[in-house]
Amino acid sequence: MKGFDDSMFQKILIATDGSDHSFRSTQHAIQLAEKFGGTIDIVYVVDGDTAKSDVLNSTNKYEIEMKRNEKIQAVKQMVLDANIDCKTHILHGEPGPTIVEFANDNDFDCVVVGSRGLNKLQTMVLGSVSHKVVKRVDCPVLVVK
Amino acid sequence: MNMQNIKNEWFGNIRGDSMSGIVVALALIPEAIAFSIIAGVDPMVGLYAAFCIAVVLAFVGGRPGMVSGATGAMALLMVGLIADHGLQYLLAATILTGIIQILFGVFKMAKVMKFVPRSVMVGFVNALAIMIFMAQLAHFVGETWLMYALVALTLAIIYLFPRITKAVPSTLVAIVVVTVIAIFGNINVGTVGDMGALTQQLPVFLIPSIPFSLETLMIILPYSFSLAIVGLVETLLTANIVDDMTDTESNKNKESRGQGIANIVTGFFGGMAGCAMIGQSVINVKSGGKGRLSLLVAGATLMFLIIVLGGLVVQIPMAALAGVMFMVAISTFDWASVKNLNKLPKTDAMVMVATVVIVLMTHNLAIGVLAGVLLSAIFFAAKISKVKVTEELVIKEQKKIYHVQGQLFFASVNDFPNNFNFNDSIKQVEINLTHAHLWDDSAIGALDKIEMKFAQNDIKVHYTGLNEASKQLKNRIGGLSQASGH
Repeated sequence: MKGFDDSMFQKILIATDGSDHSFRSTQHAIQLAEKFGGTIDIVYVVDGDTAKSDVLNSTNKYEIEMKRNEKIQAVKQMVLDANIDCKTHILHGEPGPTIVEFANDNDFDCVVVGSRGLNKLQTMVLGSVSHKVVKRVDCPVLVVK
Repeated sequence: MNMQNIKNEWFGNIRGDSMSGIVVALALIPEAIAFSIIAGVDPMVGLYAAFCIAVVLAFVGGRPGMVSGATGAMALLMVGLIADHGLQYLLAATILTGIIQILFGVFKMAKVMKFVPRSVMVGFVNALAIMIFMAQLAHFVGETWLMYALVALTLAIIYLFPRITKAVPSTLVAIVVVTVIAIFGNINVGTVGDMGALTQQLPVFLIPSIPFSLETLMIILPYSFSLAIVGLVETLLTANIVDDMTDTESNKNKESRGQGIANIVTGFFGGMAGCAMIGQSVINVKSGGKGRLSLLVAGATLMFLIIVLGGLVVQIPMAALAGVMFMVAISTFDWASVKNLNKLPKTDAMVMVATVVIVLMTHNLAIGVLAGVLLSAIFFAAKISKVKVTEELVIKEQKKIYHVQGQLFFASVNDFPNNFNFNDSIKQVEINLTHAHLWDDSAIGALDKIEMKFAQNDIKVHYTGLNEASKQLKNRIGGLSQASGH
């Protein structure tokens, strides 16, 4: 692979929605980190609708925080099991732009996102987060199908 | 609160607040008109309310960035009052609602909100969604297929337009497009004009023209009380959502007072009672609104648009408003609650469904909330009233030890004595209360009864492991009931 050196992917960001789709992208991120000896950050973005549903279905904000940490716990555990340094971030806003801003502000070397595998109609209505991230993040992006 | 804080709440985010304020104003118009029609009043009543409430709360609200105005929950509560007594009584009820809410705020009743369990809150929003949906069906009576086509078009624009741009609220675009089609296509469908006259003027200060008598008060008081409760339930829920979205805290008692002040002002200026709006608040935060300025800009823009566009409002087809209301119903409903219904604890699911059913039967969200809270309280009492008693025989001392585990109070002590065997041939009984708590005189009474029954068989009873609070209660009441028992 021409142009690659050992320090290419030192800081890797995984964007997760806490769903099962994230596991595959996490595996790829771990492989990258192992190959380049890098660290992994995990970001989970809470959008308006999720905030509404979480507040409605929880008794207090500590319970909300706990539930969200549980959501990313599985991904975090996968990374820790591979003996890779790992930090988690829970952010608020619209997933696409929030991930982009976070990735660009913190100088990540690579962003790994999963693709939800929506059909054409779903993509039209819901929009594709991975598409937005690919278009506007400064560093290379790995979209895992 | 210091100057720096005030300055930050107002001018910390001028650009974001101004932009989002305009977006919110545009998004408020369709809903304010539609909610007025649900309540059965002139669309101006809802628009005045949206203006007054937004402007007043910009100054006195406790949760910057949260949007309040005329809402579906409040509109649905007013239907009966307006149908039976008319607009003037609604304005009086709105003012009284404000007074009750201020009292709630002054007496720090926001804390009481935590006694509204989440299953009741979910039932509340689901019932609200269903009622908003049902309220639209009347508009379809006697209409042709054109009505259905226009509603479908409205919904299509609402859900697809955001893919093009999110700068302009898609509900407003839908209303404008459908109105233009109806006017220039000469399509004969029902319009807002058919529902009531529209007066194009600034709101003026008026004292509601009602007889100031006890009779009037008794008419409006039940409505005001319902409005005050429902308004605060939705407001505090919305405040929690905005708190979460912005990762900040807010003063709930101040917000409660602010809602009261806003409703009083609204009532005097010819608007209907309102509260915080979940959907609009989410739009505001998403559009970059965080501070108090966003609400002031929203109110000012709204008034400007009412004056400029007031004449056009009557031309809006009801189909467009019904479409907007369908969208509001769909986004209000908590779909996750249906998906997870079988995963929830049975009692939680029952409380949620019961809240919905009671609201739909009584057409009153306040009754649904109260019934839901009551039902959860009963379930909670049933759950916590399970008391476990284990026996341990000490043969050497001819003694039996009963270990009691659980909460002893009026709901749990009924069957409690059945756990004891009064006919054992022993000399003494020890009741170990280390893992129990005595809560009321029923608990003491039950222990006294047990002691008495053992005494009849010459068995001595003594207690161990009483915690301090239980001991105090027992010493205070126990002597009394024993004295009266002998």
